[in-house]
Amino acid sequence: MVLLDIINKIFSKESLNSKDIARERLRLVIVHDRATVSSEFITLLKEDLIKVMREYLDIDEEQLIVNLENEEDSIALVANIPIKGFKKVVNE
Amino acid sequence: MKSKVIVITSGKGGVGKTTTTANIGTALAMMDKKVVLLDTDIGLRNLDVVMGLENRIVFDIVDVVNGNCQLKKALIKDKRYDGLYLLPAAQTKEKSAVTPHQMKNLMNELKKEFEYVLVDCPAGIEQGFKNAISGADQAIVIATPEISSVRDADRIIGLLEAADLRNPKLIINRLRSKMIRRGDMMDIEDILDILSIDLLGVVPEDEFIVVSTNRGEPAVTENNSRAGAAYRRVASRIMGNDVPMLSGDDTPSFVDRFRKMLKLAR
Repeated sequence: MVLLDIINKIFSKESLNSKDIARERLRLVIVHDRATVSSEFITLLKEDLIKVMREYLDIDEEQLIVNLENEEDSIALVANIPIKGFKKVVNE
Repeated sequence: MKSKVIVITSGKGGVGKTTTTANIGTALAMMDKKVVLLDTDIGLRNLDVVMGLENRIVFDIVDVVNGNCQLKKALIKDKRYDGLYLLPAAQTKEKSAVTPHQMKNLMNELKKEFEYVLVDCPAGIEQGFKNAISGADQAIVIATPEISSVRDADRIIGLLEAADLRNPKLIINRLRSKMIRRGDMMDIEDILDILSIDLLGVVPEDEFIVVSTNRGEPAVTENNSRAGAAYRRVASRIMGNDVPMLSGDDTPSFVDRFRKMLKLAR
């Protein structure tokens, strides 16, 4: 049985097993599923981000944009934060 | 008595929620536990036929919730095991006939009488799902090794955690070792990798499940059923026993049996 499997593998034209295809497709679809989060989540994240950044920067909160962006095989947090000035001077 | 409400859910339909509920419940009763099976699939009840108790239904879950009858009168006693009962779903009502709050009260009421309240959840993520998980202390997620099922399981796990049902446990159902060896089915590792939750058990594909459903006798009552044996092991784990996972599909393989013969395995 095992020998037969090996022979099958050597002579099969496809380089990927169907389970490898399934695993990869599943991984991608779940990345996207998990990225479709509620707007409430984004709002909370945005508020907390502002809280931290206020410590260091004078930011333009009106113009601030925070979004999750779906790429083909990954998700990225993309933020555009206009800075008006710096509050703390670290190491001069 | 420390009672537990365990909801059995999956998102996707047809992956074995009802079969799993029937088998785990029966296995627990076989080990002298007091168990009630609660069918929350209002409008599409099936736990009664899988248990072979369909002819004994007089009242149902909606009757109890609406106060049309006493809880005790609606409970159907199993024909084989003393501590095993079923509270059937209503067949002619809508899912909205019961609210999550009413369901939670009902589950708390059942907890007073039973050690295990097993809740058979309907497919989907709407009201029926919300009802079923409302009073649960723990959740078991069923998935088969297919993309659609694992994807839905991932969604369900997210919703369970959002509802504060932490650490759901996974049962992988209908595993086919032959297809895995051929590279045509995702294996246990693949699925656990993606879902990253604890594994409660693995149930192999077994034709006997069809036979047992035909007869209305859960597979755990049959010694020679591979799926039945796997469900008995799952039930034992639920009781807190340390039952090691076996290689492959959680039923003794030839190698496992051989090892046991040589007393290499416990």
